[in-house]
Amino acid sequence: MLVLLGIAVLVAGFLLRINPLPVILVAAIVTGMTGGLSFTETLAAFGKAFNDNRYISIVWLVLPVIGLLERTGLQEQARILIARMTRVTTGRLLLAYFVARQITAALGQTKLGGHPQMVRPLVAPMAEAAAETHHGVIPDATRFRIRAHAAAADNIALFFGEDIFIAIASILLIKGFLEQNGIVVQPLHISMWAIPTAIVALIIHGTRLVLLDRRIAREVAAANATAPEAAR
Amino acid sequence: MITLQWVYVLAGLTFMAFAGLSITDRENNRRFKNAAFWGLLAFSFLFGGYLSDLANGVLLTAMVLVAGIGGLGQGRPATTSPDERRTLAARFGNRLFVPALIIPVTALAGTLVLAKIDIGGTPLFDAKDPTLIALGLGVILALIVGMAMFRPPAIAPLQEGRRLMDAVGWAAILPQMLAALGAVFALAGVGQVVGGLVSDVIPMNGPLIAVVAYCLGMALFTIIMGNAFAAFPVMTAAIGLPFVVLQFGGNPAIVCAIGMLSGFCGTLLTPMAANFNVVPANLLELPDRNAAFNGVIRAQAPTAVAMLGVNILLMYVLAFRF
Repeated sequence: MLVLLGIAVLVAGFLLRINPLPVILVAAIVTGMTGGLSFTETLAAFGKAFNDNRYISIVWLVLPVIGLLERTGLQEQARILIARMTRVTTGRLLLAYFVARQITAALGQTKLGGHPQMVRPLVAPMAEAAAETHHGVIPDATRFRIRAHAAAADNIALFFGEDIFIAIASILLIKGFLEQNGIVVQPLHISMWAIPTAIVALIIHGTRLVLLDRRIAREVAAANATAPEAAR
Repeated sequence: MITLQWVYVLAGLTFMAFAGLSITDRENNRRFKNAAFWGLLAFSFLFGGYLSDLANGVLLTAMVLVAGIGGLGQGRPATTSPDERRTLAARFGNRLFVPALIIPVTALAGTLVLAKIDIGGTPLFDAKDPTLIALGLGVILALIVGMAMFRPPAIAPLQEGRRLMDAVGWAAILPQMLAALGAVFALAGVGQVVGGLVSDVIPMNGPLIAVVAYCLGMALFTIIMGNAFAAFPVMTAAIGLPFVVLQFGGNPAIVCAIGMLSGFCGTLLTPMAANFNVVPANLLELPDRNAAFNGVIRAQAPTAVAMLGVNILLMYVLAFRF
């Protein structure tokens, strides 16, 4: 039971809004020491695991490329492209990205999207530009809501798409777990049961994205009503 | 043979350049802290594989102290103005998308093609991580093409990279640190304790309650751990396998597939899933990026909660029928 103290540290740290890095360090040390390790053993285990997981931080290598393209006007060009397509709205654009991301993830190509590579340089500025094409100036709160929805579309499409692919880590984890417990299943039999959830996710989130356009219109109208001078 | 170590060296050199350029940035009044943080991360990437486990722990503690006490600053390297960017966009047009697309295309080609090339019996790429190696290769190719096309100052990619890196700030190592925390949790046996608690408290007197307990348990434990992969073995061993599959006769492939997807609903709801929920809030410079439940999580929450209900329903309807 005492070993759950580390979880309490995490929850308390998040509730008190303390910087997560020291909170995680303390949670790791508390968990290790209540779990029967010494202080140095815990610190060594934590250090080893951090070092073994360096591949997670490799994604930052793309930042010099994205930054170079931003200074040369990539976001502006993305906006110009969208401004020409008058039928494109924020919701429809994000829905199109959602479908593309879900299909490519289902084919195992999870690296084709992502926040540093696609959302920040392309999807978010395009979604903002689509709202500006239809409504002119948009309030800041609406702008940040659109950006958040661009990130959300990437995550949700990935999560409810990737498990359809037979060689993705989570399917192999399931197969390995069941095998250890004496149950042999084929990856295809696991992954095909991810399809119903994927279809419902597309329906539910797709509906929300279509409704997002109405919400943007409402928020712009409300902002214009309270500040009529700024709108004209 | 090209291994992941080559990519670590490339990343280490990049972080080292961010550290060096931070020192000279007089606009940032915490420039020495930024330099120390990116410098320590560079050291980890360049030499972490040669250090003892304890030395890596001390290195990580030093990074936590530098970033955790008082925070990091935001560097302001010289960049182009919005007007200049519009002019450049008009000049280069859609050619701007070419380097951006080189990265995913190379990652794809690397995984599918380059990983299968042999030179005199030795594979060109380490077969364990072809995608990550191809990502590094794609970055180099995109930089070469971008520099040739746009002819910016030679230092521009590193300075612009540092600008974006400082926007992410200390959250850059959050996903890696949370993964390490998961390893310590596993070592200390947190999962078994949680699993034991759940199966002691909830009376499993019917298939519906077992399905609900398993799916909710997957989502809740994922919210705490930030990772459905950590929750899956624990909750499936505690509830999924003994009750839903063995006692009530659920199809194991269906139970496990939908159980994992219930965990993903939890991932959409938690700040512990830093690379999905915290990093984009920083990258998109959302004003509430330091809140526990930032704009990204709030945008995801209605879909996540609805999908959790859908997963419970699908598992109950499908698992005992097929």
